[in-house]
Amino acid sequence: MTRYIIRRLLWGVVLLVLVLALLFVIFRILPTADPAKLRAGRLQSPKIIAEIRHDLGLDKSLPAQFWIYIKGIFLHFNLGYSYYSNAPVKELIFNRLPATLSLVLGGAIIWLFAGLSVGIISARRAGSKLDRASMGTALVLVSAPEYWLGLLMLFFFASDIGKIHVFPGAGSYVGLTAEPAKWFTSMVMPWLVVAAGTAAIYARLIRGSLIETMGEDYIRTARAKGLSERRVVLRHGLRSAINPIVTVLGVDIAVLLGSSVLVETVFDIPGIGRLNYVAITHSDFPIVQGTVLFAAMFVILANIIVDIAYAYLDPRVRYS
Amino acid sequence: MSASEPLLRVEDLRVEFPTEDGIVHAVDGVSYEVQRARTLGIVGESGSGKTVSSLTTLGLTRTQGARISGRILFEGKDLVALSEAELRTIRGNEIAMIFQDPLSSLHPFFKVGAQLIEAVRVHQDVSKDVARRRAVELLGLVGIPDPSRRVDEYPHEFSGGMRQRAMIAMALSNEPKLLIADEPTTALDVTVQAQILALLERLQQELGMAIVMITHDLGVVAEMADDIAVMYAGRIIENASAETLFAGPEHPYTWGLLKSIPTLTGSRSQPLVPISGSPPSLINPPPGCHFHPRCPYSQPDHARIDPQLRPVSEASSEGASSHQVACLLEPSVRKRLWAELSEGKTPEQARVDVGLPAPPEALASAADPVGDVPEVGL
Repeated sequence: MTRYIIRRLLWGVVLLVLVLALLFVIFRILPTADPAKLRAGRLQSPKIIAEIRHDLGLDKSLPAQFWIYIKGIFLHFNLGYSYYSNAPVKELIFNRLPATLSLVLGGAIIWLFAGLSVGIISARRAGSKLDRASMGTALVLVSAPEYWLGLLMLFFFASDIGKIHVFPGAGSYVGLTAEPAKWFTSMVMPWLVVAAGTAAIYARLIRGSLIETMGEDYIRTARAKGLSERRVVLRHGLRSAINPIVTVLGVDIAVLLGSSVLVETVFDIPGIGRLNYVAITHSDFPIVQGTVLFAAMFVILANIIVDIAYAYLDPRVRYS
Repeated sequence: MSASEPLLRVEDLRVEFPTEDGIVHAVDGVSYEVQRARTLGIVGESGSGKTVSSLTTLGLTRTQGARISGRILFEGKDLVALSEAELRTIRGNEIAMIFQDPLSSLHPFFKVGAQLIEAVRVHQDVSKDVARRRAVELLGLVGIPDPSRRVDEYPHEFSGGMRQRAMIAMALSNEPKLLIADEPTTALDVTVQAQILALLERLQQELGMAIVMITHDLGVVAEMADDIAVMYAGRIIENASAETLFAGPEHPYTWGLLKSIPTLTGSRSQPLVPISGSPPSLINPPPGCHFHPRCPYSQPDHARIDPQLRPVSEASSEGASSHQVACLLEPSVRKRLWAELSEGKTPEQARVDVGLPAPPEALASAADPVGDVPEVGL
C-alpha cells in the first residue's frame, strides 16, 4: 500500500512538470501581449523595454527561462510577481484561498448531503411520483447555469436588492475567523448555488448506482440473514453504491477550487476564481499562470487521494 | 403439534409476477412437505419455479411485487401470512439459505468475519467479541483451515469452495431447523462439489437440520436427498422417495432428465438423449399438459387435459402419497416405456415398440421457441 501511494505521488510530480511545460508554452511561446511593453506603461523607449526584459529574464533563451521557472517553483515555490501590482503571486493566491475553500467545501457538504438523500429515496421508490419529481428537478438544476441561479437568488433573497430580505447579498463576504456568524450567513446563498448542479448530478448518480447494487446477489444474502430493509440498504447497498460518488467527489472539489469564477463573481467573493478573472482582464499573466498551476495541483492531488480512498473502500483494488 | 407433523408444509403455493408482457406464473400450485432432519431434493430446469418457491418461503419474493397465494406452514405458522417483521425473526434464524454463486453472494467489501458476526448478531443479543468467537468456531465447523486468521480476510481471498463453506457457515450461525440450498454446487469444480455435499451431509447429521436441496443435477439429489420433487413449468410433476424415483420414474420428463446424464457404467455407444425444445413460456404456458409440446409420447388429447398429481396406481405399503405423478399416459404404458428406455432404446423406438401413435406433428413442431422465461432473481 505504501509503495502504491509513493508511486502515485511520483506520477503526480511528473504530471505537474508536464502541466508546467504546457503553461510555459501557452504563456511564453504562443503569441501574447508582450509583458515588457505592458509593464513599461507609457514610457515605451526601446531601452526601458530592454531593461524590463532583462529584469524579467525574458532576454534569456526559452529553455533557460523554463529552467528558471521550474527551479523557482520547486525550490522556492516562487510563482512570480504580478505585472500589475508587483505583489508576489504566491501571497495573492494564499490570501484568496480561504474564501474559495469556504465556498467549495461548504458547497460540497451540501451537495453530498442533498444528493445522497434524494438519490437514496429516489432509488428506493424508483418509478414513483416522488422519484419522477425529484429526478425532474435534478434535470432542471443540472441545466441551469450557475450565474443565472446566483442572480435569481440575489433577486429574491438578498437583504439589499431582494424581494424578501433573507441573506446578505453580494459583496458581504467576511473571513470565518473575523466574524463567524456573518461569514456563515453570507455564504448560504453561494453554497446553495455551487451545490445545486452537483447535488443534482450526485442524486442521479447514486440513484442509478443504488438501484443496480440492490439487484446484486449479496443484497439477497443480506436480506436472507434477516436484516432490516433499512440496514440492507444503508449498510450493504450504500457501501457499494457510494464508490462512484467517491471517484467524482475529489475531482469535483478540486476542479471547483480552481474554477469557481462565476459564483465568486456573482456574489463578489474575494476568492481565487475572482483573482483569476481580474488578472485576465489586466493581462496579468503571472497571476493567471499561478492560479492555473494551483488548479492543476488540486486536480492531481485530488486524483491521488481518490485513488487511495478507492483502495481503502474496495479491498479488491488493494491487492491488484 | 404431533411428532409426525412435518417441519415445513407447502400447500398449493402460487407465485405470480405481473410484468409488462403479462403475468408470469412462476410457481403454479405447488405442494410439498419437508420432514425434520430429512432432505428434500427439488429438481428442474431453469425457470421451473424451484428457486422462486424457495425464495418465497423466506419471503424474499415480496419485494419484487409478487402475488403470492397458498400456505407455507413452518412449525404450524403460515409464513405467507406473517408480517415482514415477523418473517425477519425466522429468516437467517430458523430457516437459512445458501445460494448458487458464493462469490457474488458474499459482500465484496466486508471481511468474511464481519459478515458472519453480523449474521450472528441479528438474531442473538451477544457482544461483538462473543459473536467473533462464534464466527471463528463456525468457520472451523465447515472445514476452513486456520479459521482465526481467515476470519479477517475478504471473500476474494477465498477460493470458490471456501467461499461456499463460508456461506454455509453464515447460514448455520443461528443453528437453523431448515437449510435451503439453492444450487449450492453448480458454480464449483466437480471435486469441490463432492466436498461441499459431504460437508452438508455431515452438518445435517451433527445439527439435525432439514435440507431443501434445489438443483438441476440429478446426481446431486441422488447423493443427498431422501425425497425428490421434480418441477416443470412451475408445478411438481413427480414426487417420490429417492429410491422409488430412481428405481421406477414415472414421468416422461423425469425419464428425459435421467437419460440426459452420462453414466460411467453405461456403454459408450449409448447416446445421451437430450430433452428436445426449451422450457415453456410461464406467461402463456401450453394448454393441457405443460410438457406435451416436448413429450415424445404425447397424444392429441394431452393438449386439452391438464394432468393432476395422482398417486401411482398400485397403493404401495408406505401409503398412497409416497409416489405421485402428473401424467396422462396409462400406468401400464408408462411401465413398458420405461422398461424399453432402460434397455437403451431411444424414445422413438420405445414409442413404436409400445405401440403408441406418433405425437401430432403440428404439436411436436410447435415446441416453444426459447420461451420468454424471465430471470427471477433477487
